[in-house]
Amino acid sequence: MVKVLMKGNEALAEAAIRAGCRYFFGYPITPQNEIPHYLSKRLPEVGGVFVQAESEIAAINMVYGAAGCGARVMTSSSSPGISLKMEGITYMAGAELPCVIVNIQRGGPGLGSIQPAQSDYFQAVKGGGHGDYKLLVLAPATIQEMVNLMGKAFDLADEYRNPVMILGDGILGQMMEAVELPEQKDLGKLPDKPWATTGAKGRAPNLINSLYLDASELEKHNHHLQRKYERMAKEMLWEEYKTDGADIVLVGYGSSARIARAVVDKARAEGIKAGLFRPISLFPFPKPALQAACAQAKNVLTVEMSMGQLVEDVRYNLEFKVPVHFYGRAGGMVPTTRDVMEEVKRIVSNGEGGGTV
Amino acid sequence: MITVFERPAALTSAKTHYCPGCTHGIIHRLVAEVIDELGIREETIGVSPVGCSVLAYNYFNIDMQEAAHGRAPAVATGIKRVFPRKVVFTYQGDGDLASIGIGEIVHAAARGEKFTTIFVNNAIYGMTGGQMAPTTILGQESMTSPDGRNPATQGYPIRVAEMLATLEGAVYIARVSVHNPQEVARAKKAIKTAFELQIAGKGFSLVEVLSSCPTNWGYTPTESLKWIADKMIPVYPLGVKKPLEEEKS
Amino acid sequence: MLQEIILAGFGGQGVMSMGQLLAYAGMVEDKHVSWIPSYGPEMRGGTANCSVTISDEEVSSPIISEPDTLIVLNRPSLEKFEKDVKQGGLLLINSSLIDIEPQRQDLNVLKIPSSDLANEKLGNSQVANMIILGAFIELTNAVSPESVIGALKNVLPDYRHNLIPLNQQALEQGIELARRIKLGKTA
Repeated sequence: MVKVLMKGNEALAEAAIRAGCRYFFGYPITPQNEIPHYLSKRLPEVGGVFVQAESEIAAINMVYGAAGCGARVMTSSSSPGISLKMEGITYMAGAELPCVIVNIQRGGPGLGSIQPAQSDYFQAVKGGGHGDYKLLVLAPATIQEMVNLMGKAFDLADEYRNPVMILGDGILGQMMEAVELPEQKDLGKLPDKPWATTGAKGRAPNLINSLYLDASELEKHNHHLQRKYERMAKEMLWEEYKTDGADIVLVGYGSSARIARAVVDKARAEGIKAGLFRPISLFPFPKPALQAACAQAKNVLTVEMSMGQLVEDVRYNLEFKVPVHFYGRAGGMVPTTRDVMEEVKRIVSNGEGGGTV
Repeated sequence: MITVFERPAALTSAKTHYCPGCTHGIIHRLVAEVIDELGIREETIGVSPVGCSVLAYNYFNIDMQEAAHGRAPAVATGIKRVFPRKVVFTYQGDGDLASIGIGEIVHAAARGEKFTTIFVNNAIYGMTGGQMAPTTILGQESMTSPDGRNPATQGYPIRVAEMLATLEGAVYIARVSVHNPQEVARAKKAIKTAFELQIAGKGFSLVEVLSSCPTNWGYTPTESLKWIADKMIPVYPLGVKKPLEEEKS
Repeated sequence: MLQEIILAGFGGQGVMSMGQLLAYAGMVEDKHVSWIPSYGPEMRGGTANCSVTISDEEVSSPIISEPDTLIVLNRPSLEKFEKDVKQGGLLLINSSLIDIEPQRQDLNVLKIPSSDLANEKLGNSQVANMIILGAFIELTNAVSPESVIGALKNVLPDYRHNLIPLNQQALEQGIELARRIKLGKTA
């Protein structure tokens, strides 16, 4: 297959088209603008629809309407815009509507910066909006993986009738790597959605709704959703690199995992038995695999572009049996292999690290 | 036996939760009659709002989506863009449309989205218990304007129909009322026109319907109908706002 | 082989496309490549830079903190990135626009008056980037000239395709220049 050199944002957009997505509703924000740029040109070519909404809130509600009609639909944004979309996202989780939401994270809080960050981890994996709900959250680390996970995201969204988030960052969005794109999915073979509002022809009306005024009915719905989130456990994805017999296991996702992987090679070259555990699905979190990878480890170190978010889940999922250290940069600053390497050396020699810088 | 009156097919047999004397029921019926008369019940997708008509999906015997507060025009945009040949309408109150959702309705109209909005204006927040709405008229008492709406601190009512009529994407904007049988007949005609223009693919259409709220206004149902005529219509004049008579070709 | 390169200059000097040409050429040669731009307000006229990795192995970190090679087209870029270059690394300087000396003594430095050469020999200062790129590939063999020339049509937008021959000439100038330097002749 032919390889092409693509920016992450553009690769995500093309992968969405190939996955059968024909509807995009969004609002401009850096550093994800190449997605709407690309799709505003490409979607009409394939008979799809691109709408630049008046706000992120309107955009996600357009996604709601289109998803309720059974369409493969997506939106994309970056951190501040994702906060605005949270209203629509919780409604979609409540109404069990499939869609794909891309977050190309930037520094926060507030207006923050436009440089890469990973400080929306909690927002992505813990719910983000109000109410008990979960998104399936996928965190690619290469442009090829962005392409692969985009296709998977649409399938998972339909299978579970749930919003799926692709959690990237400014590095992944702006970076170019060589990718192989999949074939165009046959639109005639997408899953049937008998629940969609298509006009009540020859059947009882369908309703897309998240309102349950009767408390016991809503609790029943909450239990139903919870069982669905538990079923998602079979979708856990992760990658391990040299974790066999590792004394120190680095844990990171997305761009940070790329940096951590380079550190593992550096450390190994210096005789330190280091390995990398990279969660790819952040929800469901690959707990059993993480535990297995860290069973023999004397230390664990999370590498993040945040003030310490993933680290909480790593500690919790390792059940506090192994010392879990944290190294993070924030605000759009990116950890360097040199600095993370220093941290690894400090931990290995003293059993403790210096934390953030 | 000749049937002279029956429930429209586009309404379910569910009993509504609306208060006695509230005119939401009349407006529901008008929309349902129009759907029946146009033969589009199986081709129509409705969007219900947040507010008193939040449960509209229980009463319309059609496919429905329930939207977040104010977002019905965005949801309807998503629906209509997926199904350009189906008939899509939103049914929204004045808190929903003129306050939290003013951005969504303005931009849907400006984009010329080809759906119809039924905008029910009763000058108050009903469902949440009678708070001031953007459409509350000057001097009108509410739970959050206990001394009457004071323009010095609470500003002025928004005339949605007139405002939206300035937008090129809107093809039909009318204000009607349901406080007497003649006006009910006119209201139905306007709603039908709006749906017909949508079916013809012309652009955005909206019918603002002045409606009563005896519970939160603190009047009897009959007094409430009189209050529409005496107090609301002077602020919200009835009629077709777009196209104006002289603009029609 | 692992080449980590930082390319930097003013916005508009063709730094980004120079990096993309390298990445594209590397990809065509079945190497693993990555290209990361700086992005943000500085792209509108300030300094712009990008990082390119070309490797026989999968690229671990695409973020380059210690480049093997630094290519700088203006003075602020030299001042910003010189300290980061790997010990014994390569530093290519556009001496037409950089009138200061590098501080480091441990680098292999090559000064090329690429803006002047582009102007004088090719009549277009816009292709200064290609002269310096030619010198880089000749010195490092990171990718072949044919791959870079082949990449031009993929990297340059359609409306610039009329400039492909000029870009090719500039690349060849740079290659020739570096070859003479390798043979101990002066530019």
